[in-house]
Amino acid sequence: MSWASIAEILSWVCILSGSIFLLIGGIGLIRLPDFYTRIHAAGMTDTMGAWLVLVGLMFTAGWSLVMVKLVVLVFFLAVTSPLASHALAKAAYLRGLEPMLGRELKVGDGND
Amino acid sequence: MIDQFGVATAALLVCMMMTLFRSIAGPTVFDRVLAVNSFGTKTVLLIAVYGFLTGRPDFLDLAMVYALMNFIGTIAVMKFTRFGDLAGMEEDEEESL
Repeated sequence: MSWASIAEILSWVCILSGSIFLLIGGIGLIRLPDFYTRIHAAGMTDTMGAWLVLVGLMFTAGWSLVMVKLVVLVFFLAVTSPLASHALAKAAYLRGLEPMLGRELKVGDGND
Repeated sequence: MIDQFGVATAALLVCMMMTLFRSIAGPTVFDRVLAVNSFGTKTVLLIAVYGFLTGRPDFLDLAMVYALMNFIGTIAVMKFTRFGDLAGMEEDEEESL
């Protein structure tokens, strides 16, 4: 088995699992009842799904300048998206947005 | 034959539509900002994947610039909704508490 076909298979695996992560995150962004739980869905999509898709692209790119750009992109996403999620949660909490608590999901009316 | 980039592009477009729904229907402004931030990250991924789909991965520079501008935009909107001013000082935070 040559290295090219192994890289092809790894690229398929990474990009398919990343796409599944993205779809699950999108469904969670629609279905979850609360802002603080939607941060979880969006943050999961922005880190794990994006990393898996970009690593799958790296397997296709091989050792080249494109791979360097993909590594820089992964680094930017790894730094910026948890920071943005943290700033969002902190701003919402300081603004007075109460999280839903308990089994009954007390605050708000979005329990579907 | 469909390659993996076509699959990823389709998944990204469906996911972007879901994110767009949340950004329109979000009850609070924070939901909308979260959805727009997530939409920007998915746009970065779509630019990267589309470059590979057409066999010409030259758009990755645009993706890098878009990732940084998306982050700066989110932080600016957060600072604005928190302080009501882009040049908010630290004393304002204690007042709002």
